[in-house]
Amino acid sequence: ERGHGPYQPHEPGYGLYQPGYSSYDDQMPDPKSRMLAIQNAKAYLLKSSTTSGLNLYDHLANMLTKILDEQPTNAVDIIENISKDVKWAQFQKKMDTLRDEHEILPTFEAAEKCKALFLKANGEGDEELEEEIEETPLPNVMETAFYFEQAGIGLSKDESYHIFLALKKLISVQPIQTCRFWGKILGLEMNYIIAEVQYHEGEEEEETEEEEVIEEGRKGMGEVEEEDEDKEKEDQPPKSTYKPPPVIPKEENGTGANKYVYFVCNEPGKPWVKLPPVTPAQIVCARKIKKFFTGRLDAPVVSFPPFPGNEANYLRAQIARISAGTQISPIGFYQFAEEEGDEEEEGEEGGRDTYEENPDFQPLSVPEMVDSLSTWVHHVQSILEQGRCVWINPFQKSEEEEEEEDEEEEKAEEPDEVQQEIGPPLLTPLSADEGIQNIPAWTAQPSTNLIPQYAVAILQSNRWPGAYAFASGKKFDNIYFGWGHKYSPENHTPALPPPVQAEYPSGPDVTETSDPTLEEELAFKAAREEALASAEEEEDEEDVEDDEEEDDD
Amino acid sequence: LGASLLLLQRDYRFERVRFWGCIQGVRGAYYIAEGLGPDRAAPRSRLYSLNCVEWSLLPPVTEEMVAQAEQLKGRFQGDPSFEYEYTEINAEDAERLFEDGKEPMIKEEARLVATIEQIDRAVGIVPRGAFVKTPLGSVHENRNFEGLSLMEAKKLSSYFHFTEPVNLKNKTLLEKADLDPSTDFLDSLEHDIPQGSWTVQPEKGGTVVVLRSLLWLGLTFYHVPMTKQYGYVYFGTGEKNFDLPFML
Repeated sequence: ERGHGPYQPHEPGYGLYQPGYSSYDDQMPDPKSRMLAIQNAKAYLLKSSTTSGLNLYDHLANMLTKILDEQPTNAVDIIENISKDVKWAQFQKKMDTLRDEHEILPTFEAAEKCKALFLKANGEGDEELEEEIEETPLPNVMETAFYFEQAGIGLSKDESYHIFLALKKLISVQPIQTCRFWGKILGLEMNYIIAEVQYHEGEEEEETEEEEVIEEGRKGMGEVEEEDEDKEKEDQPPKSTYKPPPVIPKEENGTGANKYVYFVCNEPGKPWVKLPPVTPAQIVCARKIKKFFTGRLDAPVVSFPPFPGNEANYLRAQIARISAGTQISPIGFYQFAEEEGDEEEEGEEGGRDTYEENPDFQPLSVPEMVDSLSTWVHHVQSILEQGRCVWINPFQKSEEEEEEEDEEEEKAEEPDEVQQEIGPPLLTPLSADEGIQNIPAWTAQPSTNLIPQYAVAILQSNRWPGAYAFASGKKFDNIYFGWGHKYSPENHTPALPPPVQAEYPSGPDVTETSDPTLEEELAFKAAREEALASAEEEEDEEDVEDDEEEDDD
Repeated sequence: LGASLLLLQRDYRFERVRFWGCIQGVRGAYYIAEGLGPDRAAPRSRLYSLNCVEWSLLPPVTEEMVAQAEQLKGRFQGDPSFEYEYTEINAEDAERLFEDGKEPMIKEEARLVATIEQIDRAVGIVPRGAFVKTPLGSVHENRNFEGLSLMEAKKLSSYFHFTEPVNLKNKTLLEKADLDPSTDFLDSLEHDIPQGSWTVQPEKGGTVVVLRSLLWLGLTFYHVPMTKQYGYVYFGTGEKNFDLPFML
């Protein structure tokens, strides 16, 4: 029997208003204590938690509401998760949907790109299979990755496969003769994946024409400027006698440091970007600076000495240096082409620069490859101090330049004869590589000591940490994974700026002297008058002709 | 490697054993593992191996070892009993040392220990919320840690150094009000000097976030957002990158 009030059984306060029941002493103790117990329990449930501001009562009510709304199967098993979700939902505002959409985007974009890789591969593969099963320039990236994996180097299988497909896409777009996965360079924001490529002959002429046009344009400008200068020579402030050191011309595409063309992309699936050919000035400057790559090709490289170019050029220069220093092959794999009497021409040609595969190559066994470094040779030309692979005398003037010099009145002093630089010839064994301090330049290891029959010989470079090479039977390859910097045990010290140049040669008429004071001037005047007086006395004693001569003047 | 680490756990009675990484020496590489006791912030015991099968315990590190090792430059040799000579001390230091009766030689083992400690101290990181501190002061893994969200994972402030906090008290009161003392008891990465000595890269479209340290080249930390997976590993030559200010 309830009270008259509107109190329902589940509301607090039930059981408090029961007038008239106090007389039933025999019935009251049980319900009353039970009421009390219920009240206590409820008060406890309603107590707010100190840390999160919720109370258990509301939480349970919410949970039960949710369960009844959603009616999940096996609710009792997932009750804890439901509880957590409800708690979480308390704090999420209505911006939920927006946030979720935003988060999904980057993952989906990347997945779409990867899918594009797969799709195109399939589409083209069907057509090509029918036409030709010739040698494709596509390297077998997976096979190389397997060998490197034996040594513990390399990317994950997923990434290797994506790179494989991306290379295939590259080949289908550009006319490429040989292609190789060169490696990966890490950067601050993004990484670079690099492919080394050689074009078919004749494909690169377009670019050289463009460059020549630009150079001629500049020379034309130079001549116009000189004519103007001739007219105004007398009024000019003193010309600086500073002549910048002559620009060393870059090597032709296809030879020397520019033998290969490099394409980069940030991730497989993104379009490949071609790197510009490298100039000797860039290589020389890259040797002096040490900067991280950011991952964006158009980023400026801020350094001292100022690097001529942006990050794309710096990347290309580092790739050239790394290739020249660490691309190696087992001895005998490459041999020189048939001699045609070029050996007699010494002087400016650095040496032979072509090689071809040796069809009679006999692979050495793995233990031999590991034990001595003389079983490996460099097959890329090393870069000289000048920044080129083939030395060129920068002071040999072409005909046009000599004509210009005749026009000028002043000729600069002939600088001293520059010594010809000779680098180690191609195909020198690694034992000739000098180490750094007392560390040998390369560390050789077999990939596993447990199964020597199938071990692979692995070489790590100590001068360029991150460069690896493997050889197993007839297969070998080089690869680079790293930050793109040379190893130096000493700290990097940037070059100091050159001393401030003198504006003008200091001579007696240009040096400052303090103005003579009044006393000094008077003393000087008095001294001069005395000298004049004594000089006039002398002249009077001389012949008259001198006076006449002076009068005529 | 997996098998030998499990055996280690049994023999040394660690609660967890982690593969810490690999330091490349000139002639060989050291593989390092560390074992953790119940309190995660306690000094860890470290073991090294040359072939991943036999492990030897490294002596605990002392400040002296760290000071000595900082003076050494160059690669590790790969031989734990190799002894270094001081090559760069002045005449004064040499005299001082000789007076004390010590020899200026360091064993490579000591250098190894000191280097590992330095690396851990400088760049050992964990995501925010992964560890909780109990009121008693001991540190435990947080079982409710579900991982950082993608947005949080891209920010440097979501990661902490797993060492004694240095900068925590310098934060303004406003910032401290936002922190949750049970999870935010460590230094965050935001204030590392020099600025920008970490690179954060989401890979594969954001399924994995990779942090790399530029101060110790070779330290890589990974985390899969929204899961409990994270960890760091060091593969490198064990040398600090002193040229960092020039390279940024």
